[in-house]
Amino acid sequence: MPDLCTTGERLFKELDQYIDSIGAEPDKLISVLQKAQELFGYLSSEVQQHIAEALGIPVSQVYGVVTFYNFFSTKPKGKVQIKVCLGTACYVKGGDRVLERFLEELGTKPEEPTKDGQFSIHAVRCLGACSMAPVVLVGEKDFYGRVKPDMVPRIIDKYKEVKVQ
Amino acid sequence: MKPMLVIVSVDSNSVLLGAKHFVNYLKELIGKYNLQDTVDILETGTMGVYTQGVMMAVFPDDIYYSVRSVADIEKIVTEHLLKGRPVLSLEIPKDKLKLVVEKEKIITETRIVLRNVGSIDPRNIDEYIARDGYFALNKVLSQMKPQQVLEYVKASGLRGRGGAGFPTGLKWEFTAKVQADQKYVVCNADEGEPGTFKDRLIMEGDPHSVIEAMIICGYAVGATKGYIYIRGEYYGSVENIQKAIKDAYEYGFLGKDIMGSGFNFDLTVRLGAGAYICGEETALLESIEGKSGRPRLKPPYPPTNGLFGKPTVINNVETFANVPPIILKGPDWFKSFGTAGSPGTKVYSLVGNVVRRGIVEVPMGTTVRDLIYRFGGGLVGGKDLYMIQTGGTAGTFIGTDKLDVPLDYDSFKNYGVSIGSGVILAMSDDICPVDVALNTMQFFAHESCGKCTPCREGTRLAVQILERMSRGQGKLEDLDTLKQIAYVTQEASLCGLGQSINVPLLSIVENFEKDFVEHINASSCPHNVCRFIKIQKSKTKV
Ligand SMILES: Cc1cc2nc3c(=O)[nH]c(=O)nc-3n(C[C@H](O)[C@H](O)[C@H](O)COP(=O)(O)O)c2cc1C
Ligand code: SF4
Ligand code: FES
Repeated sequence: MPDLCTTGERLFKELDQYIDSIGAEPDKLISVLQKAQELFGYLSSEVQQHIAEALGIPVSQVYGVVTFYNFFSTKPKGKVQIKVCLGTACYVKGGDRVLERFLEELGTKPEEPTKDGQFSIHAVRCLGACSMAPVVLVGEKDFYGRVKPDMVPRIIDKYKEVKVQ
Repeated sequence: MKPMLVIVSVDSNSVLLGAKHFVNYLKELIGKYNLQDTVDILETGTMGVYTQGVMMAVFPDDIYYSVRSVADIEKIVTEHLLKGRPVLSLEIPKDKLKLVVEKEKIITETRIVLRNVGSIDPRNIDEYIARDGYFALNKVLSQMKPQQVLEYVKASGLRGRGGAGFPTGLKWEFTAKVQADQKYVVCNADEGEPGTFKDRLIMEGDPHSVIEAMIICGYAVGATKGYIYIRGEYYGSVENIQKAIKDAYEYGFLGKDIMGSGFNFDLTVRLGAGAYICGEETALLESIEGKSGRPRLKPPYPPTNGLFGKPTVINNVETFANVPPIILKGPDWFKSFGTAGSPGTKVYSLVGNVVRRGIVEVPMGTTVRDLIYRFGGGLVGGKDLYMIQTGGTAGTFIGTDKLDVPLDYDSFKNYGVSIGSGVILAMSDDICPVDVALNTMQFFAHESCGKCTPCREGTRLAVQILERMSRGQGKLEDLDTLKQIAYVTQEASLCGLGQSINVPLLSIVENFEKDFVEHINASSCPHNVCRFIKIQKSKTKV
């Protein structure tokens, strides 16, 4: 798979450029990981190793940080990530039933990508849009407010074809 | 100036409803009908009123619309803007807006923190300046010594709006007193308390007010570097703050020799990576340093040993936004609002089953009843209020017997009602306190960083007990165990997360003991929410 190789190399190069631009200091670790996850989609041990070397810190430290923060993932996620808020304001408005419906429709478990790799469903804490509770966030910016379980199939339909990166 | 001005709310909540899309369409139509020279469009933050649609106002006619579709926009353009005939069907009735909201807003809502939110284009520094923006900084740099700034903030009685209510002036003074080669100012914009979204709307609607305050703070305590730590998910806030920082550098409010004073200050944005505990100040500092956000043992406190071990002031977004007006108008002016112990105002997030969900800024000492009924418009569908969560997940659960408690930083101590980060979550009786308690403790169990045992294990145990109870398998002793967990985690935990679990847990168990006992004795959930296993009842939540 020569193609994949070159994509991989290209991504590593882009990551290195980013590190150069902000400075290779240990306190930049989180920013670098954020960039890496944006580029690669998740943080494989290879990527973590690379970052550890670039910043001159032990891999164990990188791994510690990666596993601490919810945002980072060491496993691939779905191409389209659907976050369902279970913060209190959403929960009392039925966020849990929206979550159940998503899992049911897609036949998957939380955090696990669907078989075709298109979707993954994540239960998250308050998204800071509580006046629209219950809230669903698709990708980074597509918010859906006052979501009812019956709206779930329509939301899924919208992203069936979407290719991310 | 053009003869007509259309203001559109594009805060996150409006964006959810399609605001961005509507603005684009509005622009398109204005081009199509050649109205470019007649109509100006201003995108602004929240107007503080929430309807089912996006708020749009047309001036000078002073007409407010609630827009839900592009067809609505079309009507407004072709009828109102083109022909001067307001579209009555879309207008928010004056009695709803002017009497209930506007009038009360003018009389009772007191906008200090939100003074510009919803009135200016947050991405245009000139509009901020036009409303006395950076005047406070100018006053400080040209007429005041750092000590005088400290005196001002101390005398104002301003207390931290992040939840704990620590006197801001004292915190600044502690930091100022320490000698060090480098000091820092940090803004806590990690807003993670479920139910809270005020900091987001402040940053989106008036980013310069926070930046100006941080520079003033730097001058007062002798710090030359600042960080704003923003929740990673707050894209809109990040964008507006970054734009504002860039403009402030261009105008010479940031950088070297600010306004010719010789004072230097640099400001950087850092993004959070999804951990509630990073809102705790020392965990947040760890996170800026690139580490896992585990809280540090206190003391020492940040004013002496903060970021990179250097003296550091860390304040909440709303706390900072109060500073420029205090400098400009003086401590006595500020103290004329609110209560003796907690001067000024508080921005609340009204959520749950209230008619008007959104943010509102009112003087400290406003009662829960007023917040829910006067500003929130009461409950949806005229339902009965059953339980209210005040202050956020780390706050209190109260019943309707405490509606008349005036909220401020002493109301928890005096009445058991926490102001916290300003959440007012109203719930009618289709929720179940046991179920809500379970959701709350699951949250803490998930967010506990695991550094110390009482918090890590206590939250897990509480979840197990509540799960059992919500399946109808609870025992009376469980209530005592829950209380015990609350006391132990409060006493023995390392940081504020563990130490404050007792607040929600005890308040819900004590104020709603009847519901807990019924879960133990009755054969089904009194609110029809929990699925009891023993009699195979299915979950029928409405
Ligand atoms: C678990 C936990 C989470 C917190 N989250 C936040 C937060 O999201 N935003 C905030 O401003 N303060 C938060 N705080 C309070 C901060 O530790 C600190 O008190 C505050 O930033 C001080 O600023 P202030 O004096 O302006 O309130 C949190 C505290 C704890 C214990
Ligand atoms: S109290 Fe909880 S969150 Fe705080 S340090 Fe201990 S385990 Fe971590
Ligand atoms: S609780 Fe869901 S967005 Fe705040």
